[in-house]
Amino acid sequence: MTQELNYLKETPSQTAGPYVHIGLAPGAAGFDLYKQELGWDIAGPNAKGERIRIEGIVIDGTGSPVKDVLLEAWQANADGNYAHPEGGGDVEQGFRGWGRVITDFETGEWGFNTIKPGSTQGRNVGTQAPHINLWIVARGINVGLNTRIYFDDEAEANAADPVLNLVEWERRRATLIAKRTERDGAVVYRFDVKLQGEDETVFFDI
Amino acid sequence: MPKPGEFYQRDREWHPPALTRDYKTSVSRSPQYSLISLQNSVSEITGPVFGHNDIDPLDKDLIYNYAQPGESAIGERIILHGRVLDENGRPVPKTLVEAWQANAGGRYRHKKDTYLAPIDPNFGGCGRTLTDENGYYYFRTVKPGAYPWRNWVNSWRPAHIHMSIFGTGFAQRLITQCYFEGDPLIHKCPIVNTIPDPEAINRLIAPLDLNATIPLDTIAYKFDIVLRGRRSTLFENRLEGN
Ligand SMILES: [Fe+2]
Repeated sequence: MTQELNYLKETPSQTAGPYVHIGLAPGAAGFDLYKQELGWDIAGPNAKGERIRIEGIVIDGTGSPVKDVLLEAWQANADGNYAHPEGGGDVEQGFRGWGRVITDFETGEWGFNTIKPGSTQGRNVGTQAPHINLWIVARGINVGLNTRIYFDDEAEANAADPVLNLVEWERRRATLIAKRTERDGAVVYRFDVKLQGEDETVFFDI
Repeated sequence: MPKPGEFYQRDREWHPPALTRDYKTSVSRSPQYSLISLQNSVSEITGPVFGHNDIDPLDKDLIYNYAQPGESAIGERIILHGRVLDENGRPVPKTLVEAWQANAGGRYRHKKDTYLAPIDPNFGGCGRTLTDENGYYYFRTVKPGAYPWRNWVNSWRPAHIHMSIFGTGFAQRLITQCYFEGDPLIHKCPIVNTIPDPEAINRLIAPLDLNATIPLDTIAYKFDIVLRGRRSTLFENRLEGN
């Protein structure tokens, strides 16, 4: 026998289920309970940088939209700093960098408004290309799925990004890159997520 | 003093796998390729910070947070309390814990829930709180009812409360479900049984806690939550090859 290590084990994950909105977005479930729901304003009014919108749909292995999904975004500000004590530096007053959205119950479309993040520091050296970290939960997803949104107008930074380069299949890297469009003068990036099947999105074990 | 470093690797054999055929919805919603394992960068070590301005003290009282003045939710009055710890056994202070659940009859206040059990007009079904400096949290609510769901035609969810926890880094983000000691439906549930290790399932079953009741008023269950712990950086990684 040896001494015991005495680490605790992480609490096991369970699916968020079909009624995740009640807990995390009750207004969407059909009732108002909180004075203030969390996560609807990612950047706040004072954030520098380019105002953008990101839209998409989550598609299951049958090719159908997932209509009961909830997504959370976590991102740095335009300077590449996260709103956290270890986030690299100061952020603007009111910048939280975190948001949550649900899909339209009929179409499965989701979207959020934010600012385009800057490059962030790499693990030890260098930088990471601008990206938004995404966490996806829904009925049928047993452990929340982590992925990243990169931007197609950052080709040079993307080519040097250490995480994109970890994806050894170059054609799979494209699943992580949002496509820039313009609509009524506003910048809208499209980022569809495929849970399974052809062009399955790259998910990370972080 | 060593600096905190990366989070310990998540034990993917302890958590449910993505594909669990007896939980049918997982079949078309489970990625087939392997997850790509990342060493943590600043993007994973950091996560949103919440404060008391974000929430209301009444948010953690599900018996009253949706009730009309002078009314309260119907059902068995319970306190659900515990601590949020990390794998090193250290408390996780000031972290956001969110909870949602069906009412005492097993019905959710959700436009997609059509179960015939009635809505309780005084029960919303969600709550949230911040842990204190010792990682402690509590909710007051009613014990949720079991309910049927479409998996097999005769599938029933054990009484459960859904829980969402943040921690300090996005890599700790977790959603789970709390079950209640003694419920015979627990081990028959295909969602519970997505978890392969019986010991891991036990970790989701809150025991009756007679020491935490309010006598003649409210019964209590204890539910501790463990989030991933962090390494201590004793020696910096060599820069070559990183
Ligand atoms: Fe549920």
